[in-house]
Amino acid sequence: MVDWNWSLLMAKRDLRKTGGRLILFISAIVTGIAALVAVTSFGDNLSNDIDEQAKELLGADLSLRKNQPIEFPEIETQADRRALEVNFASMVYFPKVGESRLTQVRALEGDFPFYGSFETLPVSGETEFRKGAKRALVEKTLMAQFGAVVGDSIKVGNVTLEIVGALQKVPGQNGITATVAPAVYIPNDQLEASGLVQYGSRVNYIHYFQFPEEFDLEALIAEKKDQWDEDKVRHETVQSQKEDTGRSFENLSNFLVLVAFIAVLLGCVGVGSAINVFVKEKLPSVAVLRCLGVRSKEIVAVYLVQIVIMGLFGSLLGAAAGAFLQFLLPMVFSDFLPVEVSVQISWRAVIMGTFTGVLISVLFALIPLLKIRKVSPMMTLRPDDPSAGLGKDPLRWMVLGAIVLFILGFSFYLLEEWDQTFWFTGFVIFAFGSLWLLALGIMKAIRKFLPISLNYPARQALSNLYRPNNQTVSLLATIGLGTAMIGTLFFIQNQLLDEVRFADKEDQPNMLFFDIQSDQVDSMKTVLAEDGLPILQHVPIVTMGLAEVNGLTRNDNEELEDEEQRSNSMYRREFRVTYRDTLIATEELTAGSLIPFEAEGDSIFVSMEEGYAERNRVELGDEVVFNVQGRPLTTYVGSFRKVNFRKVSTNFLVVFPDKVLDNAPKFHVLITRTKNDQESADIQNKMVRQFPNVSVVNLSMIVETLEDILGKISFVIQFMALFSILTGVLVLISSLLISKFQRIRENILLRTIGAGRRVLLKINALEYLFLGSLAAGGGILLSVLAAFLLSRYVFEISFRMEWGPLLIVFVLITLLTVILGWINSLSILKAKTMDILRS
Amino acid sequence: MFLLGKDKYFYLKSMNVLKVDNLTKTYRSGNRELTVLDQVNFEVAIGDTLSIVGPSGSGKTTLLGLCAGLDVASSGSVMLDGSALEKMTEDQRAAVRNQLVGFIFQNFQLLQTLTALENVMVPLELKKRKDAKDKAMELLEKVGLADRLTHYPNQLSGGEQQRVSIARAFANEPKILFADEPTGNLDTETGEMVENLIFQLNEEEGTTLILVTHDLELAARTHQSIHIKGGKLQEAING
Repeated sequence: MVDWNWSLLMAKRDLRKTGGRLILFISAIVTGIAALVAVTSFGDNLSNDIDEQAKELLGADLSLRKNQPIEFPEIETQADRRALEVNFASMVYFPKVGESRLTQVRALEGDFPFYGSFETLPVSGETEFRKGAKRALVEKTLMAQFGAVVGDSIKVGNVTLEIVGALQKVPGQNGITATVAPAVYIPNDQLEASGLVQYGSRVNYIHYFQFPEEFDLEALIAEKKDQWDEDKVRHETVQSQKEDTGRSFENLSNFLVLVAFIAVLLGCVGVGSAINVFVKEKLPSVAVLRCLGVRSKEIVAVYLVQIVIMGLFGSLLGAAAGAFLQFLLPMVFSDFLPVEVSVQISWRAVIMGTFTGVLISVLFALIPLLKIRKVSPMMTLRPDDPSAGLGKDPLRWMVLGAIVLFILGFSFYLLEEWDQTFWFTGFVIFAFGSLWLLALGIMKAIRKFLPISLNYPARQALSNLYRPNNQTVSLLATIGLGTAMIGTLFFIQNQLLDEVRFADKEDQPNMLFFDIQSDQVDSMKTVLAEDGLPILQHVPIVTMGLAEVNGLTRNDNEELEDEEQRSNSMYRREFRVTYRDTLIATEELTAGSLIPFEAEGDSIFVSMEEGYAERNRVELGDEVVFNVQGRPLTTYVGSFRKVNFRKVSTNFLVVFPDKVLDNAPKFHVLITRTKNDQESADIQNKMVRQFPNVSVVNLSMIVETLEDILGKISFVIQFMALFSILTGVLVLISSLLISKFQRIRENILLRTIGAGRRVLLKINALEYLFLGSLAAGGGILLSVLAAFLLSRYVFEISFRMEWGPLLIVFVLITLLTVILGWINSLSILKAKTMDILRS
Repeated sequence: MFLLGKDKYFYLKSMNVLKVDNLTKTYRSGNRELTVLDQVNFEVAIGDTLSIVGPSGSGKTTLLGLCAGLDVASSGSVMLDGSALEKMTEDQRAAVRNQLVGFIFQNFQLLQTLTALENVMVPLELKKRKDAKDKAMELLEKVGLADRLTHYPNQLSGGEQQRVSIARAFANEPKILFADEPTGNLDTETGEMVENLIFQLNEEEGTTLILVTHDLELAARTHQSIHIKGGKLQEAING
């Protein structure tokens, strides 16, 4: 048994002298714990706020949605209030600037939202809008894009409306959804006059209901659910909205906690390496205690107690910083949040952060601390005898195992799935391991290949990298991993944007007109021809449902055993199909062949997208009966296609052969290519004026939207990566301070033998330059590998080296290291020679 | 020179506190085997004083370390107060050191983070002595450091540090005291004062003293000396 009383007493005595130094050692975990507590606290607050504001999130007690007009007379009689929203994508034209943009038009009837309100500027905007007539509310980002102000007009289809308010916040919408499809509210009674809802328009009809407080909504849902499913009506309640939103934000918050956890682990690597120095400093005392008859476990306990106390101190400091930091987070994440997030300290987050900090810093500190067990008391008599010093303790494998178990446990707690847990843990071990090995390799290479012919300051600076207690390996690993995270982020962001921009260079289509009615096709083709624009594709589209697969209707499918069932969504979905006998550039045949339809009475062979067929277990030759506007159409799966969905094109899950659907009701898509942005803007405006119901998507808008979204996402990731960089900086500062006395001695020795101030400054600057550039270089190497793997296997885009952003990251990280080192070396250079000789 | 009365000395000499039998220590460095101590034999009786002398690298310190249970021999045996050290685990040897042994080092080896008083209290606290503080104060007073109790080692001179070290060595009332070049890091005058103090306390406490030294004058103050050269015992000189 360990004599804890004595160990605690000794720890207390030791801390008086070494406490300050230990704080320095432990400081590396502060930023990681701060990040961990801040994001956990933010996640807890967000979850509470979603619970509290769930009614405002939906704006009603129940919403029923269908993509065709439908009425619910029975429910209306039971509800206190009802409202109807008809929403669809459409071009909105801003006459003042003569430009237009694709938006989400929401035609509203009734007092929706019943809970919460539209936040408008001016505040009277909502009241004005509710008066009806030709008034509209327009999302603020959209108004800002076209420099519109309240009082200006917009043209929605054939109707011109006055903007009576800028929408600041729409129930259930966040900054990202506003970027993709900014909302424009118009009164529902203007919808018909707009002429926008025509055949093929993708329209949602959402009925909102508010019920009396005592109303049993669950009973109503239980009663109607089957009927709604049958009618393809989606229902949402406050509870389901709360669960859906809560789940997606729990995922976001768990992702952020994992990123923060990486910063904690980085800090712990710094702690472990600093404790290694601490242990080396303590060896003489350990040997004396061994001589005096203290057992090794008691000595380990003395230092373990100190590390626990300091770990607790560092974690509490981090938790306090995190509690303040969370005030910033709602600002950082504002574009992603559907609710107002309150800021209050989550004690759960503080306790979890502190506990994690103490446990993980102790585990990392134990690896060097265990070496104490092997210190021989002979060190008191022979301090320089290496055989009496540190030995490797087999127990360290147990500690390493405990660290891996902790990482597994922590990530499983957040991810709740073992495969993701193993991926994350594997990634962490791989990233740390590869940087560690890289750092060791660099150090060995310097030692082995350092040329004697190199000029003295450079040689001395390189030799300094493997000065005892220099922590070079851990610095290379921590700064390197921070660099790797930022480098990967820049890399992927640029790759994704380039992938979209690349389409422009390849003579690919860059403008797409959709929702074209059959009687508009010829006129539109004429307009395009007049402007000298090619018609790259003309795609007719027919909508249909799925009735049977291999003779099984939806009800038959539901009666099958779970493992034999196909996904119900297949039966519920509305298929938009086209017909042609050839493939287009974005398609590739992977099985079967496109079989043309020759004459009435022939079997109809359709082509299905490979992935969709696989997910729904559809095989070649399967019989699929579609419901085309009430008429059953029996087909057979004749081929599978692989489709590149990332190109600007129309892509289909199901393609029919020519001639079969000639007479079915349909709408059309035309695809063209413009030479420049001006030409795009001109033709877009011309088309919107002449054919108000037609919507336009152009490449520059996609690039702009993508840039905007990636910008917002990358800001958040950069913010989180900052903690890793800050941890690296803390490790750097603490290692500089730890080795300060040694550096002073070296400098003074050099001065004594005649080295001038300039030479010393040069040696110092070069040492940090080498350290910074090696760490940044190692990190960048890892980021290239990560970006390659992500591009290839996650985003499935071709990988291209991008030197520009990498060079920026490299220079910035190296510069940061040199500046910090430089500041530190100024005080070192001021030390007086005699002070050292006396000491 | 006999510090004990001659009769008492000869009576005690018959009871060994330390018996070294065929002691050998070898180190392996790569493929090379280096014998630092070779078949050393000697005995020390209770209350006796013994000096180990010899040139640098002759194996004196290794011998002291083995006798005190700080290290384990490659072969041979060390019987300390009747217990064979080579049969014990490191923790068992630690317990023996705490109960029976006191140390004085050339480099003083004080715990830098503890005050003078606390340094002396450590062995007493390890023995769970309730009077640890009083006893430590008494010892520090004996070595003339009553006014330096709360000073840390870096606030004391070399001579003062060695006196704290002596007080610590006597704190657990050891049966046997090992001193490794106790005056090696001190000037002549301070060295002499420390030397006198060791012998004075040794006599008062009736402890067995084994010291390693280069200083032949110091060696002459012990009852017996052994001379080591190249790891071998050259001669035993009985006082």
